[in-house]
Amino acid sequence: MDEPLVRWDWIARNWDNGGPTSVKVLLENHIVMAFVPVVAGLLIAIPLGLACARYRWLYQPTVGIMNVVYSLPSLALFSILLSVTGLTQTTVIIPLTLFSLAVLIPAVVDGMRSVPDHVRQSAVAMGFQPVSRLLRVELPIAVPVVLAGLRVAAVSSISLVSVGALIGQGGLGYLFIDGWQRQFYTPIVVGIVLVVALALVADLVIIVAQRLLTPWARRTS
Amino acid sequence: MITFDGVTKRYADGTVAVDDLSLEVPTGAITVFVGPSGCGKTTSLRMINRMIDPTEGRILLDGKDVTGVDPATLRRGIGYVIQQAGLFPHRRIVDNVATVPLLLGWDKRKARDRAMELLERVGLDPKLARRYPFQLSGGQQQRVGVARALAADPPVLLMDEPFSAVDPIVRTSLQEELLRLQAELHKTIVFVTHDIDEAVKLGDTVAVLRVGGKLAQIAEPADLLSDPADDFVREFLGRDRGIRRLGFVPAKDLALEPAPDGVTPEGHGTFNPAKDSLRAALDAALLSPDGLAVAVDDDGRVLGVVDQAVLVGAARG
Repeated sequence: MDEPLVRWDWIARNWDNGGPTSVKVLLENHIVMAFVPVVAGLLIAIPLGLACARYRWLYQPTVGIMNVVYSLPSLALFSILLSVTGLTQTTVIIPLTLFSLAVLIPAVVDGMRSVPDHVRQSAVAMGFQPVSRLLRVELPIAVPVVLAGLRVAAVSSISLVSVGALIGQGGLGYLFIDGWQRQFYTPIVVGIVLVVALALVADLVIIVAQRLLTPWARRTS
Repeated sequence: MITFDGVTKRYADGTVAVDDLSLEVPTGAITVFVGPSGCGKTTSLRMINRMIDPTEGRILLDGKDVTGVDPATLRRGIGYVIQQAGLFPHRRIVDNVATVPLLLGWDKRKARDRAMELLERVGLDPKLARRYPFQLSGGQQQRVGVARALAADPPVLLMDEPFSAVDPIVRTSLQEELLRLQAELHKTIVFVTHDIDEAVKLGDTVAVLRVGGKLAQIAEPADLLSDPADDFVREFLGRDRGIRRLGFVPAKDLALEPAPDGVTPEGHGTFNPAKDSLRAALDAALLSPDGLAVAVDDDGRVLGVVDQAVLVGAARG
Protein backbone atom coordinates (compact mmCIF):
# COMPACT_ATOMS: atom_id res chain seq x y z
CA MET A 1 0.00 0.00 0.00
CA ASP A 2 2.91 2.31 0.56
CA GLU A 3 4.20 1.45 -2.93
CA PRO A 4 5.05 4.74 -4.75
CA LEU A 5 3.81 5.29 -8.32
CA VAL A 6 7.34 5.47 -9.70
CA ARG A 7 10.47 3.98 -8.21
CA TRP A 8 13.25 5.90 -9.88
CA ASP A 9 15.90 3.44 -8.74
CA TRP A 10 14.07 0.65 -10.65
CA ILE A 11 14.33 2.66 -13.83
CA ALA A 12 18.04 3.30 -13.25
CA ARG A 13 18.70 -0.40 -12.64
CA ASN A 14 16.57 -1.75 -15.47
CA TRP A 15 17.22 0.79 -18.25
CA ASP A 16 20.18 -1.16 -19.56
CA ASN A 17 20.80 -4.25 -17.42
CA GLY A 18 22.09 -6.43 -20.26
CA GLY A 19 19.07 -8.77 -20.12
CA PRO A 20 16.41 -9.33 -22.79
CA THR A 21 13.85 -7.35 -20.77
CA SER A 22 15.90 -4.27 -20.10
CA VAL A 23 13.85 -1.19 -20.97
CA LYS A 24 16.32 -0.16 -23.66
CA VAL A 25 16.03 -3.50 -25.48
CA LEU A 26 12.24 -3.48 -25.19
CA LEU A 27 12.16 0.04 -26.63
CA GLU A 28 14.36 -1.00 -29.55
CA ASN A 29 12.18 -4.04 -30.26
CA HIS A 30 9.11 -1.86 -30.01
CA ILE A 31 10.48 0.57 -32.57
CA VAL A 32 11.34 -2.23 -35.00
CA MET A 33 7.95 -3.95 -34.68
CA ALA A 34 6.08 -0.65 -35.09
CA PHE A 35 8.25 0.78 -37.85
CA VAL A 36 8.58 -2.24 -40.17
CA PRO A 37 4.79 -2.73 -40.63
CA VAL A 38 4.31 0.94 -41.54
CA VAL A 39 7.10 0.95 -44.11
CA ALA A 40 6.05 -2.43 -45.52
CA GLY A 41 2.43 -1.24 -45.50
CA LEU A 42 3.33 1.88 -47.45
CA LEU A 43 5.29 -0.11 -50.02
CA ILE A 44 2.32 -2.45 -50.53
CA ALA A 45 -0.33 0.29 -50.32
CA ILE A 46 1.17 2.43 -53.09
CA PRO A 47 0.75 -0.10 -55.93
CA LEU A 48 -2.56 -1.40 -54.54
CA GLY A 49 -3.86 2.15 -54.02
CA LEU A 50 -2.81 3.15 -57.52
CA ALA A 51 -4.60 0.12 -58.93
CA CYS A 52 -7.74 1.04 -56.94
CA ALA A 53 -7.55 4.65 -58.09
CA ARG A 54 -7.19 3.55 -61.68
CA TYR A 55 -9.75 0.72 -61.70
CA ARG A 56 -12.59 2.07 -59.63
CA TRP A 57 -14.38 -1.28 -59.37
CA LEU A 58 -11.40 -2.60 -57.35
CA TYR A 59 -11.70 0.01 -54.65
CA GLN A 60 -14.86 -1.05 -52.78
CA PRO A 61 -13.93 -4.78 -52.55
CA THR A 62 -10.39 -3.91 -51.46
CA VAL A 63 -11.54 -1.52 -48.76
CA GLY A 64 -14.16 -4.07 -47.70
CA ILE A 65 -11.56 -6.78 -47.24
CA MET A 66 -9.19 -4.42 -45.44
CA ASN A 67 -11.95 -3.35 -43.06
CA VAL A 68 -12.77 -6.96 -42.23
CA VAL A 69 -9.08 -7.61 -41.53
CA TYR A 70 -8.95 -4.45 -39.42
CA SER A 71 -11.90 -5.67 -37.36
CA LEU A 72 -10.16 -8.97 -36.50
CA PRO A 73 -8.69 -8.95 -33.00
CA SER A 74 -4.91 -8.84 -33.26
CA LEU A 75 -4.69 -11.65 -30.75
CA ALA A 76 -6.65 -13.94 -33.08
CA LEU A 77 -4.26 -13.18 -35.91
CA PHE A 78 -1.27 -13.83 -33.63
CA SER A 79 -2.57 -17.27 -32.69
CA ILE A 80 -3.21 -18.19 -36.33
CA LEU A 81 0.29 -17.09 -37.31
CA LEU A 82 1.96 -18.77 -34.34
CA SER A 83 1.83 -22.12 -36.12
CA VAL A 84 3.65 -20.60 -39.09
CA THR A 85 6.06 -18.03 -37.77
CA GLY A 86 6.31 -19.08 -34.12
CA LEU A 87 7.11 -16.77 -31.21
CA THR A 88 8.98 -14.27 -33.34
CA GLN A 89 8.67 -10.60 -34.18
CA THR A 90 7.34 -11.64 -37.59
CA THR A 91 4.17 -12.93 -35.92
CA VAL A 92 3.51 -9.38 -34.71
CA ILE A 93 4.77 -7.59 -37.79
CA ILE A 94 2.47 -9.36 -40.28
CA PRO A 95 -0.87 -8.47 -38.63
CA LEU A 96 0.30 -4.91 -37.99
CA THR A 97 1.22 -4.59 -41.66
CA LEU A 98 -2.30 -5.67 -42.59
CA PHE A 99 -3.75 -3.15 -40.15
CA SER A 100 -1.63 -0.36 -41.61
CA LEU A 101 -2.90 -1.26 -45.09
CA ALA A 102 -6.46 -0.59 -43.95
CA VAL A 103 -5.42 3.03 -43.37
CA LEU A 104 -2.83 3.47 -46.10
CA ILE A 105 -4.69 2.07 -49.14
CA PRO A 106 -7.56 4.58 -48.75
CA ALA A 107 -4.94 7.28 -48.12
CA VAL A 108 -3.20 6.53 -51.42
CA VAL A 109 -6.55 6.42 -53.26
CA ASP A 110 -7.66 9.71 -51.68
CA GLY A 111 -4.27 11.20 -52.52
CA MET A 112 -4.66 10.30 -56.17
CA ARG A 113 -8.18 11.71 -56.12
CA SER A 114 -6.82 14.94 -54.66
CA VAL A 115 -5.00 15.61 -57.94
CA PRO A 116 -7.21 18.23 -59.62
CA ASP A 117 -8.62 17.10 -62.94
CA HIS A 118 -7.37 20.18 -64.77
CA VAL A 119 -3.85 19.43 -63.56
CA ARG A 120 -4.03 15.83 -64.77
CA GLN A 121 -5.50 16.97 -68.10
CA SER A 122 -2.81 19.55 -68.64
CA ALA A 123 -0.11 16.96 -67.89
CA VAL A 124 -1.60 14.75 -70.58
CA ALA A 125 -1.88 17.65 -72.99
CA MET A 126 1.75 18.63 -72.49
CA GLY A 127 2.95 15.24 -73.59
CA PHE A 128 3.83 13.34 -70.41
CA GLN A 129 3.98 9.59 -70.96
CA PRO A 130 1.65 7.75 -68.53
CA VAL A 131 4.42 6.50 -66.20
CA SER A 132 6.27 9.79 -65.96
CA ARG A 133 2.98 11.59 -65.44
CA LEU A 134 2.34 9.30 -62.49
CA LEU A 135 5.81 9.66 -60.99
CA ARG A 136 6.39 13.34 -61.67
CA VAL A 137 2.95 14.87 -61.42
CA GLU A 138 0.31 12.71 -59.75
CA LEU A 139 2.24 10.99 -56.95
CA PRO A 140 4.03 14.16 -55.81
CA ILE A 141 0.68 15.94 -55.60
CA ALA A 142 -0.77 13.02 -53.62
CA VAL A 143 2.00 13.21 -51.00
CA PRO A 144 0.25 15.45 -48.42
CA VAL A 145 -2.83 13.20 -48.28
CA VAL A 146 -0.72 10.02 -48.12
CA LEU A 147 1.41 11.47 -45.31
CA ALA A 148 -1.73 12.35 -43.35
CA GLY A 149 -2.67 8.65 -43.56
CA LEU A 150 0.86 7.65 -42.64
CA ARG A 151 0.61 9.64 -39.40
CA VAL A 152 -2.47 7.68 -38.36
CA ALA A 153 -0.88 4.36 -39.38
CA ALA A 154 2.36 5.08 -37.52
CA VAL A 155 0.70 6.12 -34.27
CA SER A 156 -1.72 3.20 -34.26
CA SER A 157 1.07 0.76 -35.09
CA ILE A 158 3.13 2.03 -32.16
CA SER A 159 0.24 1.53 -29.80
CA LEU A 160 -0.75 -1.90 -31.20
CA VAL A 161 2.70 -3.48 -30.80
CA SER A 162 2.10 -3.79 -27.06
CA VAL A 163 -0.52 -6.52 -27.61
CA GLY A 164 2.30 -8.73 -28.89
CA ALA A 165 3.44 -9.07 -25.29
CA LEU A 166 0.81 -11.81 -24.96
CA ILE A 167 3.00 -13.98 -27.19
CA GLY A 168 6.21 -12.64 -25.70
CA GLN A 169 6.88 -10.17 -28.50
CA GLY A 170 5.35 -6.89 -27.45
CA GLY A 171 8.27 -4.55 -27.01
CA LEU A 172 7.29 -2.14 -24.25
CA GLY A 173 4.08 -4.12 -23.82
CA TYR A 174 6.09 -6.53 -21.66
CA LEU A 175 6.28 -3.82 -19.03
CA PHE A 176 2.48 -3.74 -18.67
CA ILE A 177 2.25 -7.50 -18.12
CA ASP A 178 5.23 -7.50 -15.79
CA GLY A 179 3.86 -4.62 -13.74
CA TRP A 180 0.36 -6.10 -13.63
CA GLN A 181 1.53 -9.53 -12.49
CA ARG A 182 3.66 -8.06 -9.70
CA GLN A 183 1.23 -5.26 -8.74
CA PHE A 184 4.20 -2.98 -9.31
CA TYR A 185 3.37 0.31 -11.04
CA THR A 186 6.74 1.61 -12.10
CA PRO A 187 7.13 -0.54 -15.28
CA ILE A 188 3.55 0.30 -16.30
CA VAL A 189 4.17 4.03 -15.98
CA VAL A 190 7.48 3.73 -17.82
CA GLY A 191 5.79 1.75 -20.62
CA ILE A 192 2.96 4.26 -21.03
CA VAL A 193 5.31 7.24 -21.04
CA LEU A 194 7.64 5.66 -23.60
CA VAL A 195 4.81 4.51 -25.92
CA VAL A 196 3.25 7.98 -25.88
CA ALA A 197 6.65 9.63 -26.38
CA LEU A 198 7.39 7.30 -29.28
CA ALA A 199 4.06 8.12 -30.91
CA LEU A 200 4.65 11.86 -30.51
CA VAL A 201 8.15 11.64 -31.95
CA ALA A 202 6.97 9.58 -34.93
CA ASP A 203 4.17 12.06 -35.60
CA LEU A 204 6.55 14.99 -35.35
CA VAL A 205 9.04 13.36 -37.74
CA ILE A 206 6.30 12.89 -40.34
CA ILE A 207 5.06 16.46 -39.92
CA VAL A 208 8.58 17.81 -40.41
CA ALA A 209 9.05 15.54 -43.43
CA GLN A 210 5.81 16.87 -44.87
CA ARG A 211 6.91 20.48 -44.44
CA LEU A 212 10.18 19.72 -46.21
CA LEU A 213 8.72 17.55 -48.96
CA THR A 214 5.73 19.73 -49.82
CA PRO A 215 6.61 23.40 -49.38
CA TRP A 216 4.03 24.03 -52.10
CA ALA A 217 1.06 22.78 -50.12
CA ARG A 218 -1.37 25.52 -49.15
CA ARG A 219 -0.92 26.43 -45.53
CA THR A 220 -4.33 26.44 -43.91
CA SER A 221 -3.33 27.76 -40.49
CA MET B 1 -3.26 24.50 -91.25
CA ILE B 2 -5.54 22.13 -89.37
CA THR B 3 -8.21 20.34 -91.38
CA PHE B 4 -11.26 18.59 -89.95
CA ASP B 5 -12.44 16.15 -92.58
CA GLY B 6 -15.83 14.60 -91.83
CA VAL B 7 -14.98 14.16 -88.14
CA THR B 8 -17.49 12.38 -85.92
CA LYS B 9 -17.13 11.42 -82.28
CA ARG B 10 -19.66 8.91 -81.01
CA TYR B 11 -19.38 7.47 -77.51
CA ALA B 12 -20.15 3.88 -76.52
CA ASP B 13 -23.53 4.90 -75.09
CA GLY B 14 -24.55 6.32 -78.48
CA THR B 15 -24.09 9.99 -77.62
CA VAL B 16 -22.82 11.93 -80.59
CA ALA B 17 -20.48 14.69 -79.37
CA VAL B 18 -19.28 15.83 -82.78
CA ASP B 19 -21.25 15.16 -85.94
CA ASP B 20 -19.56 15.12 -89.34
CA LEU B 21 -17.46 18.23 -88.75
CA SER B 22 -15.53 19.56 -91.71
CA LEU B 23 -13.67 22.85 -91.50
CA GLU B 24 -10.27 24.41 -91.92
CA VAL B 25 -8.27 26.25 -89.31
CA PRO B 26 -5.94 28.61 -91.17
CA THR B 27 -2.28 28.93 -90.23
CA GLY B 28 -1.24 31.98 -88.22
CA ALA B 29 -4.75 33.05 -87.28
CA ILE B 30 -7.14 32.65 -84.35
CA THR B 31 -10.09 30.34 -85.01
CA VAL B 32 -12.73 30.28 -82.29
CA PHE B 33 -15.06 27.33 -81.66
CA VAL B 34 -18.10 28.76 -79.91
CA GLY B 35 -21.41 27.29 -78.88
CA PRO B 36 -23.60 26.29 -75.95
CA SER B 37 -22.56 23.46 -73.63
CA GLY B 38 -22.92 20.08 -75.30
CA CYS B 39 -22.02 21.42 -78.73
CA GLY B 40 -18.80 19.40 -78.91
CA LYS B 41 -16.42 22.36 -79.02
CA THR B 42 -14.05 21.01 -76.39
CA THR B 43 -14.24 17.49 -77.84
CA SER B 44 -13.32 18.91 -81.23
CA LEU B 45 -10.37 20.76 -79.72
CA ARG B 46 -9.12 17.67 -77.90
CA MET B 47 -9.21 15.60 -81.03
CA ILE B 48 -6.52 17.85 -82.50
CA ASN B 49 -3.91 16.73 -79.93
CA ARG B 50 -5.38 13.22 -79.59
CA MET B 51 -6.63 13.56 -76.04
CA ILE B 52 -9.71 12.12 -77.75
CA ASP B 53 -9.62 10.12 -80.97
CA PRO B 54 -12.39 10.54 -83.57
CA THR B 55 -14.79 7.69 -84.34
CA GLU B 56 -14.92 8.63 -88.00
CA GLY B 57 -13.14 11.09 -90.24
CA ARG B 58 -9.65 12.54 -90.09
CA ILE B 59 -7.90 15.52 -88.59
CA LEU B 60 -4.93 16.71 -90.61
CA LEU B 61 -2.19 18.87 -89.18
CA ASP B 62 -0.36 20.42 -92.13
CA GLY B 63 -1.64 17.58 -94.29
CA LYS B 64 -0.66 14.77 -91.91
CA ASP B 65 -3.29 12.65 -90.15
CA VAL B 66 -2.76 13.19 -86.42
CA THR B 67 -3.77 9.62 -85.58
CA GLY B 68 -0.55 8.50 -87.27
CA VAL B 69 1.59 10.42 -84.77
CA ASP B 70 2.56 9.17 -81.29
CA PRO B 71 0.29 11.11 -78.88
CA ALA B 72 3.03 12.32 -76.53
CA THR B 73 5.21 13.50 -79.40
CA LEU B 74 2.26 15.22 -81.06
CA ARG B 75 1.26 16.97 -77.83
CA ARG B 76 4.76 18.28 -77.11
CA GLY B 77 4.51 20.16 -80.41
CA ILE B 78 1.13 21.73 -79.60
CA GLY B 79 0.66 24.29 -76.84
CA TYR B 80 -2.34 23.76 -74.58
CA VAL B 81 -4.04 26.18 -72.22
CA ILE B 82 -6.86 24.96 -70.03
CA GLN B 83 -9.47 26.64 -67.85
CA GLN B 84 -8.08 27.19 -64.30
CA ALA B 85 -4.62 27.05 -65.93
CA GLY B 86 -3.87 23.47 -64.80
CA LEU B 87 -0.55 24.53 -63.29
CA PHE B 88 1.40 21.89 -61.37
CA PRO B 89 0.94 22.92 -57.72
CA HIS B 90 4.16 21.22 -56.61
CA ARG B 91 6.41 23.03 -59.04
CA ARG B 92 7.64 26.59 -58.93
CA ILE B 93 6.37 28.96 -61.61
CA VAL B 94 9.63 28.86 -63.59
CA ASP B 95 9.61 25.04 -63.58
CA ASN B 96 5.97 24.96 -64.62
CA VAL B 97 6.81 27.08 -67.66
CA ALA B 98 9.88 24.96 -68.44
CA THR B 99 7.87 21.70 -68.45
CA VAL B 100 7.62 21.02 -72.18
CA PRO B 101 11.20 22.11 -73.03
CA LEU B 102 12.43 19.68 -70.35
CA LEU B 103 10.21 16.90 -71.74
CA LEU B 104 11.80 17.61 -75.11
CA GLY B 105 15.19 17.05 -73.53
CA TRP B 106 16.45 20.62 -73.45
CA ASP B 107 19.36 21.45 -71.20
CA LYS B 108 18.05 22.58 -67.77
CA ARG B 109 19.64 26.00 -67.87
CA LYS B 110 18.40 26.70 -71.39
CA ALA B 111 14.87 25.64 -70.42
CA ARG B 112 14.90 27.95 -67.40
CA ASP B 113 16.27 30.88 -69.39
CA ARG B 114 13.51 30.35 -71.91
CA ALA B 115 10.93 30.19 -69.11
CA MET B 116 12.13 33.48 -67.64
CA GLU B 117 11.97 35.11 -71.05
CA LEU B 118 8.38 33.93 -71.51
CA LEU B 119 7.25 35.10 -68.09
CA GLU B 120 8.34 38.57 -69.08
CA ARG B 121 6.69 38.22 -72.45
CA VAL B 122 3.27 37.50 -70.93
CA GLY B 123 3.65 40.48 -68.61
CA LEU B 124 4.64 38.79 -65.36
CA ASP B 125 7.16 40.07 -62.85
CA PRO B 126 10.26 37.79 -62.97
CA LYS B 127 10.17 37.85 -59.16
CA LEU B 128 7.18 35.52 -59.33
CA ALA B 129 9.32 32.80 -60.92
CA ARG B 130 10.36 31.29 -57.58
CA ARG B 131 6.81 31.19 -56.22
CA TYR B 132 4.41 28.27 -56.20
CA PRO B 133 1.11 28.48 -58.10
CA PHE B 134 -1.05 28.89 -54.98
CA GLN B 135 0.77 32.14 -54.25
CA LEU B 136 -0.50 33.73 -57.49
CA SER B 137 -3.86 35.27 -58.37
CA GLY B 138 -6.14 33.56 -60.88
CA GLY B 139 -5.22 36.03 -63.61
CA GLN B 140 -1.50 35.58 -62.95
CA GLN B 141 -1.89 31.80 -63.01
CA GLN B 142 -3.60 32.02 -66.37
CA ARG B 143 -0.73 34.12 -67.74
CA VAL B 144 1.65 31.44 -66.52
CA GLY B 145 -0.54 28.89 -68.32
CA VAL B 146 -0.12 30.83 -71.56
CA ALA B 147 3.64 31.17 -71.01
CA ARG B 148 3.88 27.43 -70.37
CA ALA B 149 1.99 26.63 -73.57
CA LEU B 150 4.36 28.85 -75.55
CA ALA B 151 7.56 27.58 -73.93
CA ALA B 152 8.71 25.24 -76.67
CA ASP B 153 7.54 27.68 -79.34
CA PRO B 154 4.91 25.36 -80.85
CA PRO B 155 3.32 26.53 -84.11
CA VAL B 156 -0.14 25.53 -82.84
CA LEU B 157 -1.87 26.62 -79.65
CA LEU B 158 -5.07 25.06 -78.30
CA MET B 159 -6.97 27.12 -75.75
CA ASP B 160 -9.91 25.55 -73.91
CA GLU B 161 -12.00 28.28 -72.26
CA PRO B 162 -8.79 29.71 -70.82
CA PHE B 163 -10.30 32.93 -69.50
CA SER B 164 -13.68 31.69 -68.24
CA ALA B 165 -12.74 31.32 -64.59
CA VAL B 166 -11.45 34.86 -63.98
CA ASP B 167 -13.38 38.05 -63.27
CA PRO B 168 -14.45 40.30 -66.18
CA ILE B 169 -11.76 42.95 -65.73
CA VAL B 170 -8.95 40.41 -65.61
CA ARG B 171 -10.54 38.56 -68.52
CA THR B 172 -10.48 41.70 -70.66
CA SER B 173 -6.82 42.28 -69.91
CA LEU B 174 -5.96 38.65 -70.68
CA GLN B 175 -7.82 38.90 -73.99
CA GLU B 176 -5.93 42.06 -74.97
CA GLU B 177 -2.69 40.40 -73.94
CA LEU B 178 -3.47 37.42 -76.16
CA LEU B 179 -4.18 39.69 -79.14
CA ARG B 180 -0.95 41.59 -78.47
CA LEU B 181 1.05 38.34 -78.27
CA GLN B 182 -0.59 36.97 -81.39
CA ALA B 183 0.32 40.12 -83.33
CA GLU B 184 3.96 39.27 -82.54
CA LEU B 185 3.87 35.49 -82.74
CA HIS B 186 1.35 34.59 -85.47
CA LYS B 187 0.51 31.18 -84.00
CA THR B 188 -2.22 28.95 -85.35
CA ILE B 189 -4.66 29.20 -82.46
CA VAL B 190 -7.82 27.23 -81.83
CA PHE B 191 -9.76 28.90 -79.04
CA VAL B 192 -12.83 27.35 -77.40
CA THR B 193 -15.36 29.49 -75.56
CA HIS B 194 -19.08 29.62 -74.80
CA ASP B 195 -18.98 33.41 -74.78
CA ILE B 196 -19.96 34.87 -78.16
CA ASP B 197 -18.55 38.29 -77.26
CA GLU B 198 -15.17 36.73 -76.56
CA ALA B 199 -15.46 34.81 -79.83
CA VAL B 200 -16.05 37.84 -82.02
CA LYS B 201 -13.45 39.85 -80.13
CA LEU B 202 -10.63 37.31 -80.49
CA GLY B 203 -11.47 35.32 -83.59
CA ASP B 204 -10.19 35.95 -87.08
CA THR B 205 -12.66 33.20 -87.90
CA VAL B 206 -15.54 32.04 -85.72
CA ALA B 207 -17.08 28.57 -85.98
CA VAL B 208 -20.49 28.38 -84.29
CA LEU B 209 -21.43 24.85 -83.19
CA ARG B 210 -24.87 23.69 -82.14
CA VAL B 211 -25.87 21.04 -79.60
CA GLY B 212 -25.19 17.61 -81.05
CA GLY B 213 -21.87 18.67 -82.48
CA LYS B 214 -22.95 20.11 -85.80
CA LEU B 215 -21.30 23.11 -87.41
CA ALA B 216 -23.91 25.87 -87.74
CA GLN B 217 -21.76 28.52 -89.40
CA ILE B 218 -18.14 29.44 -89.91
CA ALA B 219 -17.35 33.03 -90.86
CA GLU B 220 -15.37 36.12 -90.01
CA PRO B 221 -16.89 37.96 -87.03
CA ALA B 222 -18.27 40.91 -89.05
CA ASP B 223 -19.93 38.55 -91.54
CA LEU B 224 -21.28 36.40 -88.75
CA LEU B 225 -22.93 39.45 -87.16
CA SER B 226 -24.33 40.80 -90.41
CA ASP B 227 -25.39 37.49 -92.00
CA PRO B 228 -26.23 34.79 -89.48
CA ALA B 229 -26.92 31.54 -91.32
CA ASP B 230 -30.06 30.57 -89.44
CA ASP B 231 -32.25 31.22 -86.42
CA PHE B 232 -29.97 29.30 -84.08
CA VAL B 233 -26.95 31.44 -84.95
CA ARG B 234 -29.08 34.61 -84.83
CA GLU B 235 -30.35 33.74 -81.39
CA PHE B 236 -26.92 32.70 -80.18
CA LEU B 237 -25.43 36.00 -81.33
CA GLY B 238 -28.04 37.72 -79.20
CA ARG B 239 -29.26 41.30 -79.25
CA ASP B 240 -27.42 44.36 -80.52
CA ARG B 241 -25.98 42.50 -83.49
CA GLY B 242 -26.22 45.58 -85.69
CA ILE B 243 -24.41 47.77 -83.21
CA ARG B 244 -21.79 45.12 -82.44
CA ARG B 245 -21.04 44.61 -86.12
CA LEU B 246 -20.07 48.28 -86.35
CA GLY B 247 -17.17 47.41 -84.05
CA PHE B 248 -15.56 45.72 -87.05
CA VAL B 249 -15.99 48.64 -89.45
CA PRO B 250 -13.10 51.12 -89.26
CA ALA B 251 -13.94 54.80 -88.83
CA LYS B 252 -11.05 55.99 -90.98
CA ASP B 253 -13.15 56.32 -94.15
CA LEU B 254 -15.67 58.74 -92.65
CA ALA B 255 -15.83 62.13 -94.38
CA LEU B 256 -15.05 64.75 -91.73
CA GLU B 257 -16.52 68.25 -91.81
CA PRO B 258 -14.73 71.25 -90.34
CA ALA B 259 -15.65 71.73 -86.73
CA PRO B 260 -18.14 74.62 -86.24
CA ASP B 261 -16.98 77.45 -83.99
CA GLY B 262 -17.13 76.61 -80.34
CA VAL B 263 -17.17 72.83 -80.80
CA THR B 264 -14.43 71.37 -78.62
CA PRO B 265 -13.69 67.89 -77.31
CA GLU B 266 -15.09 69.07 -73.98
CA GLY B 267 -18.77 68.40 -73.81
CA HIS B 268 -18.65 66.15 -76.88
CA GLY B 269 -18.03 62.51 -77.48
CA THR B 270 -14.75 61.96 -79.29
CA PHE B 271 -13.22 59.21 -81.44
CA ASN B 272 -9.89 58.65 -83.14
CA PRO B 273 -10.46 57.87 -86.84
CA ALA B 274 -7.05 56.24 -87.12
CA LYS B 275 -7.79 53.63 -84.47
CA ASP B 276 -11.47 53.48 -83.66
CA SER B 277 -14.41 51.72 -85.24
CA LEU B 278 -17.68 53.07 -86.53
CA ARG B 279 -19.21 51.84 -83.30
CA ALA B 280 -16.98 54.17 -81.28
CA ALA B 281 -17.81 57.08 -83.63
CA LEU B 282 -21.54 56.47 -83.32
CA ASP B 283 -21.21 56.19 -79.57
CA ALA B 284 -19.38 59.55 -79.57
CA ALA B 285 -22.20 61.17 -81.51
CA LEU B 286 -24.82 59.78 -79.14
CA LEU B 287 -22.90 61.22 -76.19
CA SER B 288 -22.88 64.74 -77.70
CA PRO B 289 -25.94 66.95 -77.09
CA ASP B 290 -25.81 68.30 -80.68
CA GLY B 291 -25.26 64.87 -82.26
CA LEU B 292 -21.78 65.72 -83.50
CA ALA B 293 -18.98 63.17 -82.99
CA VAL B 294 -15.66 64.99 -82.67
CA ALA B 295 -12.72 63.35 -84.44
CA VAL B 296 -9.40 63.80 -82.65
CA ASP B 297 -5.89 62.61 -83.44
CA ASP B 298 -3.46 60.82 -81.13
CA ASP B 299 -2.55 64.12 -79.44
CA GLY B 300 -6.15 65.13 -78.87
CA ARG B 301 -6.21 67.79 -81.63
CA VAL B 302 -9.61 68.26 -83.30
CA LEU B 303 -9.63 66.95 -86.88
CA GLY B 304 -13.25 67.63 -87.65
CA VAL B 305 -16.75 66.44 -86.85
CA VAL B 306 -19.29 63.89 -88.15
CA ASP B 307 -23.03 64.23 -87.71
CA GLN B 308 -25.01 61.32 -86.29
CA ALA B 309 -27.16 61.16 -89.43
CA VAL B 310 -24.03 60.65 -91.53
CA LEU B 311 -22.89 57.93 -89.14
CA VAL B 312 -26.17 56.05 -89.39
CA GLY B 313 -25.90 56.31 -93.16
CA ALA B 314 -22.37 54.93 -93.05
CA ALA B 315 -23.50 52.15 -90.75
CA ARG B 316 -26.08 51.11 -93.31
CA GLY B 317 -23.16 50.73 -95.73
